[in-house]
Amino acid sequence: MRYPLIETKDLVKAYGDFLAVDGLNLTLEEGEVYGFLGPNGSGKSTTILMLLGLTEPTAGSVMVCGHDPTRDPLAVKRQVGYLPEAVGFYSDLSGRENLRYTAALNSMERKHAEDRISEVLEMVELETGRQPVGQFSRGMRQRLGLADVLLKEPRAIILDDPTLGLDPTGIQWLLGIIEELSEKHSITVFLSSHALHEVQRVCSRVGIMSHGQIVLEGSVPELSSQNEAGGFHLTMEVTGGKEKLWDALAAIPTVRRVDHSGTSVAMESDGDVRASAAAVVVEEGAKLLEIRSENRTLEEIYLRYFQTE
Amino acid sequence: MLAIFRKELSDHFGRKRFLLLYGLVAWGLIWGAVIDVDQLLLAGNGFFFLDIFTTNRGVPISLLTFIGFLGPILGIALGFDSINSERTQGTLSRILAQPVHRDAVFNGKFFAGLLTLAVVLLSMGLGTLGLAMFRVGMGPSAEEVIRLIGFFVVGTAFLAFWLALAMTASIFLRTAVASALVSIGLWIAATFIVLLVARSVAERIVPEIENAEDRAQRFSVEQWISRASPGNIYEEATGILLDPITGRVLNPFDTSASAAGIDLSTPISASQSLQLVWPHIVVLFAMIAILLALSYVRFMREEIRA
Repeated sequence: MRYPLIETKDLVKAYGDFLAVDGLNLTLEEGEVYGFLGPNGSGKSTTILMLLGLTEPTAGSVMVCGHDPTRDPLAVKRQVGYLPEAVGFYSDLSGRENLRYTAALNSMERKHAEDRISEVLEMVELETGRQPVGQFSRGMRQRLGLADVLLKEPRAIILDDPTLGLDPTGIQWLLGIIEELSEKHSITVFLSSHALHEVQRVCSRVGIMSHGQIVLEGSVPELSSQNEAGGFHLTMEVTGGKEKLWDALAAIPTVRRVDHSGTSVAMESDGDVRASAAAVVVEEGAKLLEIRSENRTLEEIYLRYFQTE
Repeated sequence: MLAIFRKELSDHFGRKRFLLLYGLVAWGLIWGAVIDVDQLLLAGNGFFFLDIFTTNRGVPISLLTFIGFLGPILGIALGFDSINSERTQGTLSRILAQPVHRDAVFNGKFFAGLLTLAVVLLSMGLGTLGLAMFRVGMGPSAEEVIRLIGFFVVGTAFLAFWLALAMTASIFLRTAVASALVSIGLWIAATFIVLLVARSVAERIVPEIENAEDRAQRFSVEQWISRASPGNIYEEATGILLDPITGRVLNPFDTSASAAGIDLSTPISASQSLQLVWPHIVVLFAMIAILLALSYVRFMREEIRA
């Protein structure tokens, strides 16, 4: 039977009176790249800890790969790789030695482990030889962290803010590899991040957390239309427009607002009114120079949500 | 667990901290080399290979006292940062995201430390023994060997107690500095303060000494209270094992045995000595078990945040 790879039902985690996670319902299908967003302290990391059985839920249920991470954490950890927010390595060991330990913890057979280590190091483009991890840069650590996560050939990987502290090329590289993992290796990716622009690029679906709950969820295009303050946005460049034109535009069904200054016109409506707007402009004898719809970026959706809150 | 055990073991033997361990072994060898063996052969009680561990002829303190003093520091050194350093390094959450049980992490570390301590103690003992054999040109009797094995078990258990204590501290306290300080503080308390408390309580309970019976009773009270300290258990047990003649008398002021006509100047057999130290060994193991249980309870359900 096909089941969701990750599923939480009414998940709650309380620290004393404070509810870090407050009735979270989350479903991830196999093969998705899910962006998990939200301000600091909204319960993202706590949720991740519960997905891995690193902390116990106060109430509700979690299933990961068909197993309960509290009752059967090993079954989950065999299939899921986790890159913590501040990934740590034994600083006196080399990158390869650190990975060897991880392989041993996964009871990988020695010969197989060596091959697999070379494979993942190549995948993350990290070749450091005998250099101890203590001398690694942040970017190299992150690469090693990803190699460490991929070593066990996981079905799903959970990345907790992996872009933190990376330079722009490092971020681009990371996103590239996430896309590659998802497309070539069909690994499900659960990506918690603050880099909204990047999340928009790679994620098939995003969920925005606030106060321990998912407040917005869906693909980015879905969200931009779902966002009630947004609606459909349209801008035009028009010359020769008269007062009558603005009234006519405002009279188009579902149009909520028409603003004009000089030659540019901005319109807001419930649906796509590009065709009728263009027709009206021509009918009224004005010249239409440009027309385009404005899709909201994830960043705008995010900021707008938390501003209005 | 085996993977963790192996990693920890190679850490212990590879790190600078292990210089301390090598130092201890070297110390044992120096002891074996400088002990006044001629004196010991002439004036000893016939158990030469036991005497080399308890004598202070030719050396400032006996090897036994030396282990009793430095052993706890060794145990603490191996355990005080075992869990919290992994936490501050950020490796703990990565390790626990692998398919290993939490108790495997703890057990692997504990047993690696235990084996390290046992190896150090054994090599030190064998080194001393070997040097002494070389110098006098004879070997220990079976009786002595059995007693020495007993001594090795008690000594290892004593060091393991401090390892377990330091590891427990490393779970409960977030920084390595804090757990080192607390462990050393407890060591001082167990070594010195328990003795002071035992003495003053014994003086309260038996305020005046009028006859031999009072003296024996006061000593007995003091002895019972001081047994709360693992150091005293170690001292008492090794005394019994390594000294077949005077070691048999636990309370030197108790005259009831000699009053009953028992000759206390002859040695008792190894099996009888082992019977005497059996409770000591059990108590040491129980103390370790309590510490481990405390650690498990705390560590098993703890939240592991990166």
